[in-house]
Amino acid sequence: MNRQIAQLFGLTVVLFAILIAFTSRWTVFDAQSLEDNTANRRPLIEEQRTPRGLIFARDGRTLLARNRAIGRGEDRVFTRVYPTGGLFAHPVGYSFIRNGRRSLELFRNDDLVGEEDEFQSILSELEDQTREGFDVVTNLDAGATRAAVQGLGGRKGAVVAIEPQTGKVRVMVSIPEYDPNRVPSAFGQIERDPNQPLLNRTTQELYPPGSTFKVVTAAAALDSGKVSPTSVIDGSSPKTISGVPLENAGGQSFGPISFTDALTNSVNTVFAQVGERIGQNTLVEYMRRFGFYADPQLDYPDFQMVPSGIINGKGDYVDSGFDVGRVAIGQGGLEGEIRASPLQMALVAAAIGNRGRLMKPRLTDRILRKDGRVKQVIEPDLQSQVVKPETAEQLAQMMSRVVEEGTGTAAALAGITVAGKTGTAEVGANREFTQPWFIAFAPVENPRIAVAATVERQPPGSAGGTVAAPIARSVLEELLGSG
Amino acid sequence: MSARTRELFGLLPVSLLVAAGFAAVLATRTQDVSNATITYGAVFLGLCVIAHLFIRARLTDADPYLFPLAALLAAIGLVLIYRIDADLAREQAQWFVVGLVFFCGTILAIRDHHVLERYRYTIAAVSIALLAMPRLPGIGGQVNGAFLAIKLGPIQFQPAEFAKLGIIIFLASYLRETGDILVRPRLRPLPFQRQLLLYGLPALLTLLAILVLDLGTAASLLLVVFVASLVAVLRERPSPKHFGPLLLVWGLAMLMLIVIRDLGSSLMFFGGFLALLYAATGRLSLVAAGATMFFGGAVFVANNVSHVHERVEIWLDPFKRGVVDNEGYQIAQSLFAQADGGLFGQGFGQALLELPGGGTILPAPHTDLIYAVLTNEAGLFGAAGLIGAYLLFVWRGYKTAMLASDGFSKLLAVGLTAVFALQVFVIVGGVTRVIPLTGVTLPFVSYGGSSIVANMVLLALLLIVSDHARSERIRRGGLV
Repeated sequence: MNRQIAQLFGLTVVLFAILIAFTSRWTVFDAQSLEDNTANRRPLIEEQRTPRGLIFARDGRTLLARNRAIGRGEDRVFTRVYPTGGLFAHPVGYSFIRNGRRSLELFRNDDLVGEEDEFQSILSELEDQTREGFDVVTNLDAGATRAAVQGLGGRKGAVVAIEPQTGKVRVMVSIPEYDPNRVPSAFGQIERDPNQPLLNRTTQELYPPGSTFKVVTAAAALDSGKVSPTSVIDGSSPKTISGVPLENAGGQSFGPISFTDALTNSVNTVFAQVGERIGQNTLVEYMRRFGFYADPQLDYPDFQMVPSGIINGKGDYVDSGFDVGRVAIGQGGLEGEIRASPLQMALVAAAIGNRGRLMKPRLTDRILRKDGRVKQVIEPDLQSQVVKPETAEQLAQMMSRVVEEGTGTAAALAGITVAGKTGTAEVGANREFTQPWFIAFAPVENPRIAVAATVERQPPGSAGGTVAAPIARSVLEELLGSG
Repeated sequence: MSARTRELFGLLPVSLLVAAGFAAVLATRTQDVSNATITYGAVFLGLCVIAHLFIRARLTDADPYLFPLAALLAAIGLVLIYRIDADLAREQAQWFVVGLVFFCGTILAIRDHHVLERYRYTIAAVSIALLAMPRLPGIGGQVNGAFLAIKLGPIQFQPAEFAKLGIIIFLASYLRETGDILVRPRLRPLPFQRQLLLYGLPALLTLLAILVLDLGTAASLLLVVFVASLVAVLRERPSPKHFGPLLLVWGLAMLMLIVIRDLGSSLMFFGGFLALLYAATGRLSLVAAGATMFFGGAVFVANNVSHVHERVEIWLDPFKRGVVDNEGYQIAQSLFAQADGGLFGQGFGQALLELPGGGTILPAPHTDLIYAVLTNEAGLFGAAGLIGAYLLFVWRGYKTAMLASDGFSKLLAVGLTAVFALQVFVIVGGVTRVIPLTGVTLPFVSYGGSSIVANMVLLALLLIVSDHARSERIRRGGLV
């Protein structure tokens, strides 16, 4: 009988080994997928119990996101409160257990929940520190943001302001906005709103940039040596471009005109010829250097950004086969039309303003520990040298003429020289609306702010110089005036 | 060193573990380690020393490891339950004392376990009555669809815990008597024609049945194994007179499945029976026939008794939409808790147990899912340690059976150990989704008076058998 008993013990060993094998499966091998299972509320509950890091405006004092404790003792949980309401909704976003996260709240989540690397977390475990999120100080400026919102005055549109030398994003405004505090209670309503308040128009929406794109064309033309600021080109109207007549704004005919004057007066026929002179390949090459054809290198979630570029009637990005003359003036056709996000156009202005050096745009300035120690500073980072410094200088001088005496005089500031470019694209099925644009940087001698402003679907006759330039002006005034 | 001194030294680490465990839980809860932890450890050690002195007086030669292992398991249980709910731990500690009383009472009442053989039919009848009690109106009741508990006044009681002891005693006694006659030594080989008849006909019929009934792979396999083992059993020419009761046991297990609707407990009972049958006869064919009959019956019941069917469905896919938040919530949360534990666990008292709004995230953390709580807090290593402790206990149980000299003692020890091991497998297997989750307790660890008391009696019986076996060996001058 003892042989059978020994066999029974052997069977028990096998059965218990199965138990340990299955326990290993759940604790080690399948642990990650179980943790990621949507029915698993543990990570969420755990997260609710640790206060998230705060989010500040640039001044380090204005709170953009804070926590409210609910309950006490073991039951205490934290929920997010956004004291500024919808003002910073697009750059900051939201974070709620039920609704997930968006914008910076999503991009900086690891820091905001206080995630440390392995070594650090062991250290803090030893020091018996309770886990707490790190604070995030943004580059966002409350005053200038308000100025931008006021400038848009309830019209749909977007304003972006960037420091050319550092890439710091000082203003990111997209109208309509949503109130993140209402997300837990009315997310469905916000999501279904036909005005698309969740859409960040600065990064997620592409508009025809109109004549502001002439800055890109000019940069490519000057830098590749195809023209100089004093080159004289025939600016009569209409002119046949790609077999189809092209007219200047209002049908105005300029005759032979210098390249600088052509930019000042936004002469379409001149720029279309320049576009044809530099060709598709060179234009696309310079666009890539400006950051077109790729998501902006912003500290922002990928799903909330789209690349700017030339897009055909089917919605595909194309880098050849388009009407280079019309793209050069910020238009195009079914085979390829230029479309750009407001952030991208702000980056164009910033790159010219920073002597051709395009800095990566940054919403975050620094990450702070709870005791105030700096955990991480987001240093300025060069994205690309778009054009030679001399080219940028020449173009900056040309752009300052636009504000002094050209189409962008509405952006002029007392005592500060502003360099800019207007744009007025025709939109709508029958081109019954306009998309006014203005991009600028200032002061020209030492640019500290670059800005892009645009307004959606304006009535005919609304031009970049009259509608968008004043918005850019008030943002510049706020940012440069306050310091 | 005498066996008893070894036992005493075995209790020391157990007491340390209790004190350390309570200290860990208290530290995370109140930030300061009060005297209470030392008190808990000391009281536990005191109780164990009293039981030890009792064993020293009455069962001088009994196995020295069984009691410390049981104490270790009970200590782990107490710490875990204390971590879940301090009030429950106090009750459990009281039940532990009651269990010790029953433990000593059993040892006092049963000087020689052979006396149990005399009452085997009474014991069997009482056990079956106990099993049926939860179905009685008034005292019985359904918990999670299964009939496992009865209520007598303020005391809730799981009769199956005690029935398992009675049924093992009965089976051990019955099989001691009939085991040799059930199977007869092999006779000369059969003539060719009879062999053809014996093997060919069933094979043909099986093939026909598979084709006609259009059975799937699993069912076909089950049928083939069943028929093959049945043929092998028949080849042994068992006497129907002795074989009848075995069929009765199978019928009883099936009935139990239908009556108390708990797959786990019937698996435990029938598995214990098969282990005894194998130990008594050494015939794998008998076990295979029994196992396939049980499995076939279980599949049938699973398809026809809605509660059992539901449990199986949950087991197959607990994460299905709509299931995971309802019927599958318990097993899903069990797996989530284990995943949260990882290799080393969250630490004692650290794992997430309470929901922010009150209530526990794990349903029944102190009974069904206590293994998941342990894995959450102590990780894979802690869980493997617990399984290791159970394996040591089972090893000492089977060792006792091997040392015993008479059939009844051997079979009793085998049966008690097997049913103990199976109970561990059924509940831990349920919690880890090896098999469908059922409401069986984790011996010595889970919260529950009946469980503690019944397992204390089981331990007492094992020690009595062990004492007899070892003292006899020592008398004969053998090494133990």
